[in-house]
Amino acid sequence: MSVGVEIPVRTRLAMFVRLLAIQGSWNYETLLGNGIGFCVEPALRLLPGGQGGPAYRAALARQSQYFNAHPYMAAVAVGALARAELDGEAPAKIERFRTALCGPLGSVGDRLVWAGWLPACSVAALAAFGFGVGTAGVVFVFLGLYNAGHLALRAWGLSAGLDHGMKVASALGEPVLRKSPPYIAQVAALVGGVALPLALDRVIGPGRALFGVVLAAVALGGLVLARLHGRVEGWKVAVGLLALFVLYSVVR
Amino acid sequence: MFQLLPLALLGAVLGLDVVSFPQAMISRPLVAATAAATLLGDPARGLLIGATLEMFALETLPFGASRYPEWGSAAVVGGGLFAMHPEGGTGTFATAVLIALVAAWIGGWSMVQVRKLNARLARARHDDVASGSKRIVEGLQVFGLTADLVRGGALTAALLAVAIPTHTFVLARWGSDPRVSRAVVVALAASVAAGAVWKVVHAAPGARWLLLGGIGIGLALLAAR
Repeated sequence: MSVGVEIPVRTRLAMFVRLLAIQGSWNYETLLGNGIGFCVEPALRLLPGGQGGPAYRAALARQSQYFNAHPYMAAVAVGALARAELDGEAPAKIERFRTALCGPLGSVGDRLVWAGWLPACSVAALAAFGFGVGTAGVVFVFLGLYNAGHLALRAWGLSAGLDHGMKVASALGEPVLRKSPPYIAQVAALVGGVALPLALDRVIGPGRALFGVVLAAVALGGLVLARLHGRVEGWKVAVGLLALFVLYSVVR
Repeated sequence: MFQLLPLALLGAVLGLDVVSFPQAMISRPLVAATAAATLLGDPARGLLIGATLEMFALETLPFGASRYPEWGSAAVVGGGLFAMHPEGGTGTFATAVLIALVAAWIGGWSMVQVRKLNARLARARHDDVASGSKRIVEGLQVFGLTADLVRGGALTAALLAVAIPTHTFVLARWGSDPRVSRAVVVALAASVAAGAVWKVVHAAPGARWLLLGGIGIGLALLAAR
């Protein structure tokens, strides 16, 4: 654990709030780069010479270059890079460290959040909907579950980065980060399986007379889309089919 | 037209949430469509179409620099349209879902344009950023956030301005049975959701059996009702 410059709570809070807007200027050239500089900036004011001094400006310039990572896991990078700058590490070493962080923070975050936590929370909310939970309850299940994970991950990431600095790789070895994606996927599979027929039943309304036909169509459609994984996007196919149906319903 | 302003503001805020700030997923269809319909006094209809759109959205997860549909403003359009017809015309649901899906597609394109605009500005300010200018680094961030907010609001207003008369036109000529209309939409949404859940979980040990087991439990619960 790094024991360099003490970072005041107010600075940590400023960094955390800025992390929520880290993708504000996301673009196809520097990707998350400017956002990293934006989030690290409050800590850089603690450098010798203060805000606007030569060390501050050099560090801000370094931290605002190209960077790519998962937006939540970027909190780890923000914390670790701020700590490295405050510890006075050599600029070349910081730049190499910065480059090395991109890959792991992208892949860990994608597996944990986009392919794990988000779909798991989505199917949990659909299950609540299918069980007949009211409007506020369903929205609360989704937003409550999702953001408990989301905000905890950002807060942990910032704290781990600030604590470990350039040795943050050890924090990325946390069992929760490495082992939880398969467990989340298993829960999502079970909950998703329960949710689909129940949600379908609640949405179908006047079409309930055709429930059996719909179930068969869903089984076939889901199977085809699963087999064609990576080759077609199901929602785009659905747009085409639905457009044809609406057109037919209008002109018949 | 008075209904458009709050919906456009909601579309702006939810469009911003998709990527720029704070990515708390208030832009997911389940939440966004419900919020839009709540503004029009019918949250239950918002939840219904929101759950349907959520099934489509399960397939489109926001991985890195990939291009994906923008569900925030699209769900506001879909939820708003569906709530505007509480009498429940036979084609209301199918048409509102279709318009929301098309809106999500257009919204995804609009996000790419904002990202290109951000890139142009970042390129133009490269030297200032390289000199460590706090004003420029923060300015780029504020510009991007503002551009995305304006994008979401303008897109929602424009889409609603086109979608409301289109929706009315289609409903006046709708000729399909209401049972078939609803069944078609539900079958498409649930097929996409089933394929999406499979894609997300299939690599996890035992997940295929858990999925099949879950479906069995869900069907058993339905049969027991």
